[in-house]
Amino acid sequence: MHLRIDHTTTYHYSHPVAYSAQQIRLLPDSFEGQEVLSWRLETDSRHFPEFRDGFGNRTAFLTLDRPHAGLTLRVIGEVETENFHGLVRGLPEPLPPEFFLRPTLRTRPSLALQRLAQQIPQQGGSVERLHRLMNQVRLQVLYETGETHVATTADEALAHGRGVCQDHAHVFIACARLLGFPARYVSGYLWTRCDVHHDASHAWAEAWVPDLGWVGFDPANGVSPTEAYVRLACGLDYAEAAPVRGVRRGGGSEALEVHLQVQQAQHQVAA
Amino acid sequence: MESQVFDEMAGLEEQTRPVYERLKQWLDEMPHDLLTLRRDEAETLFRRIGITFAVYGEGGDPERLIPFDVIPRLLEAREWEYLAAGLEQRVRALNAFLHDLYHDQEILKAGLIPRELLLRNPAYQPEMQGLEVPGAVYSHISGIDMVRVGPDEFYVLEDNVRTPSGVSYMLENREVTMRLFPELFSRYAVEPVDHYCEDLLATLKSVAPRECEGEPTVAVLTPGIHNSAYYEHSFLADQMGVELVEGMDLFVQDRFVYMRTTEGPKRVDVIYRRVDDAFLDPLVFNPNSMLGVPGLMAAYRFGTVTLANAVGTGIADDKAVYIHVPEMIRFYFGEEPRLKNVPTWQCSRASECQYVLDHLEDLVVKEVHGSGGYGMLVGPTSTAQERAEYAKRIQSQPAEFIAQPTLALSTCPTLVAEGVAPRHVDLRPFVLMGESLQVVPGGLTRVALQEGSLVVNSSQGGGTKDTWVLKA
Amino acid sequence: MLSRTADSLYWMARYMERAGNLARILEVSDRMAMSPSPNTDGLPPGNEWQSALITSGTESLFLQKYEAPSAERVLHFLALDEANPSSIRNCLETARRNGRAMRTALTREVWENLNDTWLEIRGFTTQRLVGVELRKFLDWVRERSLQFHGAVTGTMLRDDAYAFTRLGAQIERADNTARILDVKYHILLPDYAPVGGGRDFYQWAAILRAVSAHRSYRFIYRQSYKPWLIADLLMLREEMPRSLVACLGHTCTHLQSLSSRYGQQHECYRLAGQLHASLRFARIDEVFQNGLHEFLTDFISRNMSLNDQIRTDFLM
Repeated sequence: MHLRIDHTTTYHYSHPVAYSAQQIRLLPDSFEGQEVLSWRLETDSRHFPEFRDGFGNRTAFLTLDRPHAGLTLRVIGEVETENFHGLVRGLPEPLPPEFFLRPTLRTRPSLALQRLAQQIPQQGGSVERLHRLMNQVRLQVLYETGETHVATTADEALAHGRGVCQDHAHVFIACARLLGFPARYVSGYLWTRCDVHHDASHAWAEAWVPDLGWVGFDPANGVSPTEAYVRLACGLDYAEAAPVRGVRRGGGSEALEVHLQVQQAQHQVAA
Repeated sequence: MESQVFDEMAGLEEQTRPVYERLKQWLDEMPHDLLTLRRDEAETLFRRIGITFAVYGEGGDPERLIPFDVIPRLLEAREWEYLAAGLEQRVRALNAFLHDLYHDQEILKAGLIPRELLLRNPAYQPEMQGLEVPGAVYSHISGIDMVRVGPDEFYVLEDNVRTPSGVSYMLENREVTMRLFPELFSRYAVEPVDHYCEDLLATLKSVAPRECEGEPTVAVLTPGIHNSAYYEHSFLADQMGVELVEGMDLFVQDRFVYMRTTEGPKRVDVIYRRVDDAFLDPLVFNPNSMLGVPGLMAAYRFGTVTLANAVGTGIADDKAVYIHVPEMIRFYFGEEPRLKNVPTWQCSRASECQYVLDHLEDLVVKEVHGSGGYGMLVGPTSTAQERAEYAKRIQSQPAEFIAQPTLALSTCPTLVAEGVAPRHVDLRPFVLMGESLQVVPGGLTRVALQEGSLVVNSSQGGGTKDTWVLKA
Repeated sequence: MLSRTADSLYWMARYMERAGNLARILEVSDRMAMSPSPNTDGLPPGNEWQSALITSGTESLFLQKYEAPSAERVLHFLALDEANPSSIRNCLETARRNGRAMRTALTREVWENLNDTWLEIRGFTTQRLVGVELRKFLDWVRERSLQFHGAVTGTMLRDDAYAFTRLGAQIERADNTARILDVKYHILLPDYAPVGGGRDFYQWAAILRAVSAHRSYRFIYRQSYKPWLIADLLMLREEMPRSLVACLGHTCTHLQSLSSRYGQQHECYRLAGQLHASLRFARIDEVFQNGLHEFLTDFISRNMSLNDQIRTDFLM
């Protein structure tokens, strides 16, 4: 599938900001099933040096040291995708899978999470069990926006029974780890047929399956990622894979505006 | 292990050990009143320096001084040679381990250390994975806690490779001893320690980033005036002649770290940071930290700044990792460890845990992630009730505890209310590693001032002594 | 030098200067309150205490807390109140806190002055102040402030640290002199009807005392108090150390030394030069013609802009 992405994030500050620094993880990698044909990041500064963080994510670093009333980040690019049924191969993997057993603030185990994990039968193959887990998460946490926020933990989302893709991913990750599967948080984009869309980026999870490696699971939609998915970054939880993480001096309150289009590119007519 | 307590002056036989003869003679000649007077003078001197100690002690009570014992502790040249060689080997191994862990993880592949122990340990920093640090040095300043139990028997109790403190006491103690007892000092040929700050500065400059042009700019990063080691931070910055900065004095622009000066932004190449990992960069670690510098880790990744010690060194001095240091030495260098570890039982292993529970009154039990002597159980001096309560804690979370035999720490002559009496001591020597490695001849001797006490930590009422390494 | 260090030096000196000035203002109020002549200001009794509040710019904060300015309340508020950021006690504490933050940039004498002063102020209570001990206390504060500046000029290296310390003191001093004049400007105006009684004499003397200039006046003018001469002395006479022109002269000198040290002339240098020139080449009769109050208000706001510019150029 040939996907074209145009994603603009604008921050408006109530007071001018004297200095700001951002880590931007909006730069996809090419790997099996995802070929980045073109990709461009545009910001209010021409300089945003890039590095790979400890997780291997491509990260742009942006600083603005003159007074500014807002900040605009835009990525435009084209990606050729292919359905690998969630298999993730060919990415730089600096960290060993066992590392992803480590619990975090947002994925801390709790009794409720444990109970959910125990509902998954012991028997069956790893992939099968993870699919069951994915479906359980989807049943127990209904998709609803505005019910949770970026700091909501897996335990809170589960108790609340409602949340967005981020919460689904956190609950899935927490339970997968309890079942002994290394699991991680993934941020990215999702193409959908209808125009109605989540207002921001999508998020799902990946779990480590012996013999297969990393396999993607999207508990919000109950499927493994297909050619409709574009993968950006991963981490132990939202904190490390967040598309933008910033710090500013001054600025008062902040208003966020997001424009996102994920479209299937029209096939070029051969000349 | 020796059961009899080894006194470093009296020795195990009847005679005074030769190295202490002159000190003994001097002590015998010295009227007790005069020694007490000198101790009071020392305290006055410290209080005067203590004007700066008191700087951060808000309110009416100035910061408590750590008691200083005026009688120096002596180490012979050959003893020191042995220790120094062992310390060098150990610190090199810890650095080799850190480099390996944050790169190819050969030691994990070899199965020598349980993977989970390292990878799930909060002190393991994924942000360091694959990051190149100049000279592959991670712990530029290390403090290795040693204990002695016999004439030729030393053990490593603990490694400190995060931000070890105490070196200012080592330097101030020497300063004060030389002023109070010039006549005793002249009876011995003592290795100097006062070049420490110069060596520290040279060490830091030697690991400047590749991109640094000209003379590297070094700064000491402190959490600020309220930190209990603030005095040491300002002391070291002052002695090295570099700026003492706080997080807000630094900022990252493009790929570089700058400090805000009255002449405009000035690039900083090497940061001797005394701020914990978790607070260094709100973009990567604790997002609410006001002590750090946003983007510092990005600059670290770009290789435009060196942090000393490196981020993520805490994994090497974790108490659960400690037991594997001898393995590291064998694995990386093919050498036998020169310094011994204290035998350690891991409560995470069921059989060892049972042994620990059965022998609580003979053991010292510590929390794996604890430090500063807090939360430990000293078996022989504990009550049955304390042991029972502690046993419950161990049983509920066995992996959180390790146990060691109660070592008969050596004693040194110490001035106490009743006169001069033996008190238990330990030793924290400091090792600097940059392009080259130096073991500072001396260190911080900590002394348990209570009779019979084995707890030397200053937070638990311990004192310090000047440590004299004698020239060959 | 770190900007934060320079900032701390600057505010350390400003607050020590402010503490001394507050002590002078309180002393004058105390004198006036005891003066025998009837009130001619048209203000109710106790207005001397109110004018202390106005001069120190704390009247509105005071009124949030108390109803009427009585002697005891104002004394407590301006001298020891921890809730008033500009009380003498808090000035001394803020000065010390700034000094402590860059202890190693200070000489021992400067630090000990700050530290001892702060330790001692905590022993004073309002009860002790209302009564015989007030003058002793105010003398003590004034002395500590002078001693501080003495320690600075007597022991500090003449480098940029010194320049920033002195800048803080001069900017604060100019602000203080201008405020004292502005609060009392009406009694200096030519159309102010002098009733010839003792009250005017006391009022004029009070202004001079508030800037420790009552003896200097006699030396310079060798005649009885004339309101325009008082204004001249406090604004335009270079030899009077707390006059506006003298403070600005010093400010320019210190900014000049920073320029040559750093090899760069900043915007604040230009602002200070401009302000200095407007004082150096002013004549007192012209100032009166154009309005004393307007002149002073303008000066206070330009002095404040200069402070902001120094901050932008060096301290952040």
